Amino acid sequence: MSYLPTYLPGGLPIPVPENDGLDKPYWDATRRGELVVQRCKKCGTFQWGPEWICHKCLSFDVDWHKVSGKGRIYSWERPWHPVHPALKEHGPYIVVLVELPDAGNVRMLGNLLGDPKQDVRIGADVQAVFEPHDDAKPPFTLVQWKLA
Amino acid sequence: MSKRTLRGKVAIAGVGETTYYRHGKSPVSEFKLALQAILAACEDAGIDPRRIDGFASYSNDRNEPSRLAAALGLPALRFSNMNWGGGGGGGSAAMGNAAAAVACGMANCVVVFRALAQGQFQRFGAAPPGGVAAGEAALNAPYGVMSPAQRYAMRAMRFLHENKIEPSAQRAIALASYHHAQSNPRAVMHGRPLTEEAYDQSRWIVEPWRLFDCCQENDGAAALIVVPAEEARDFKHKPAYILGSAQGSEYRNGARSHNAPLYATSSFTTVAPQLYDMAGVKPKDVDVVQSYENFTGGVLMSLVEHGFFAAEEANDFLTPANLMAPTGKLPLNTSGGNLAECYMHGLELQIEAVRQIRGASTAQVPKADVSMVISGPMVTPVSSMIFGTEATL
Repeated sequence: MSYLPTYLPGGLPIPVPENDGLDKPYWDATRRGELVVQRCKKCGTFQWGPEWICHKCLSFDVDWHKVSGKGRIYSWERPWHPVHPALKEHGPYIVVLVELPDAGNVRMLGNLLGDPKQDVRIGADVQAVFEPHDDAKPPFTLVQWKLA
Repeated sequence: MSKRTLRGKVAIAGVGETTYYRHGKSPVSEFKLALQAILAACEDAGIDPRRIDGFASYSNDRNEPSRLAAALGLPALRFSNMNWGGGGGGGSAAMGNAAAAVACGMANCVVVFRALAQGQFQRFGAAPPGGVAAGEAALNAPYGVMSPAQRYAMRAMRFLHENKIEPSAQRAIALASYHHAQSNPRAVMHGRPLTEEAYDQSRWIVEPWRLFDCCQENDGAAALIVVPAEEARDFKHKPAYILGSAQGSEYRNGARSHNAPLYATSSFTTVAPQLYDMAGVKPKDVDVVQSYENFTGGVLMSLVEHGFFAAEEANDFLTPANLMAPTGKLPLNTSGGNLAECYMHGLELQIEAVRQIRGASTAQVPKADVSMVISGPMVTPVSSMIFGTEATL
């Protein structure tokens, strides 16, 4: 796994699996450099964020499915005003909402790597990139996005 | 079978508020603010506070009905109700819940209230340092998405993109609120007018929203008293009847990680038709609108989803002149609203809607017979409601 400097500074909240274990397979997969979303074993519907039941056929038999990491920007924002102490003096950053055409167009959030002041185009193709935070306690890996 | 409805069954007997303060500036505790607003509403109605027999609120208000009832020495508590959901989405829902309780005889005199003291408690627009994030927060906070503005800007960005809406449309909403606040001495921004230039030069909070697109945060409290329609003429002021109230959101609006199938929405696409159906009015019948401004883009989508204009008409419709009382096509946020009167989580909008029905607003619309409130766009559940004069019954 290639090591990247992190997009945002350290000190932001550390993501941990929910205490009922619902999203643990997702966070475990990111540590391996794999992007997974839920897929119903009964009807094949993709689902994100994670839930205990398939919203389409109401089966509880919902599995985890590895996806390619190809995405398309659905919406975006550029925060300037820091609301967290770790972001004071940091300046603007870009958040993108990305739809995954290979997985039923479910959407995932992330930062768009590169110049934080760049123009962002809705519809642009992007690719998932893994951003490990190995020194965090506990360690975790974020899924980020770069222009394809 | 007759249609089940709230239409005309209850009325607002009294409204009251404390002084509105900048956030963290209340000289008294949040609970005392709640008590002060409730007593002000009783004074406005001309009733003994001991007549109150129920409370309704929203957004996890910290001031519990049982403590209020004990503090006020109420003979009996008959109704206590909290609408689920954060933000101001529950403002009209709390009114509807109180109205339902009164209409079906569970209670007879219900207070709807909201109190906020952010010096005593935490601000909405700031995140606590460090720590861990789980569930929905784990998919947002590590990317720097923590405050309400950051959580909802992407809904508005998509809507603006899909419908080619210009920045001037959001700006008009901010200008209307600040304009109306200049005639309202209760408004925190009274005496602080806003110009187009000042709006355009203001800093970004999160694109597509500048400073003046975002609500204030404030300390204070507001309260309204809901009574049966049969008693509505027994109080000091002209009654404002509830014509309808609706709450909820469309299909899978609450899907996690921004996966609502209809994403570019204020969440009212199913709620608004339900409201109009109960109230028996159409958008063209509405004389004045108070629409919760967490952010101006949310107001824009709310007005579209309540049928006042189509999304592709937004650039033409949303001009300051169209939104200003008394002569605008759709007078909007006539007290100054969340942007410029006070962010009392939108309950100040309910009070202003009642004042319009009474003819007592500081930016009065002539012949205001039908007065709408839209609560908390983009969150879920959201809610909206319509008040009417006796002539509308």
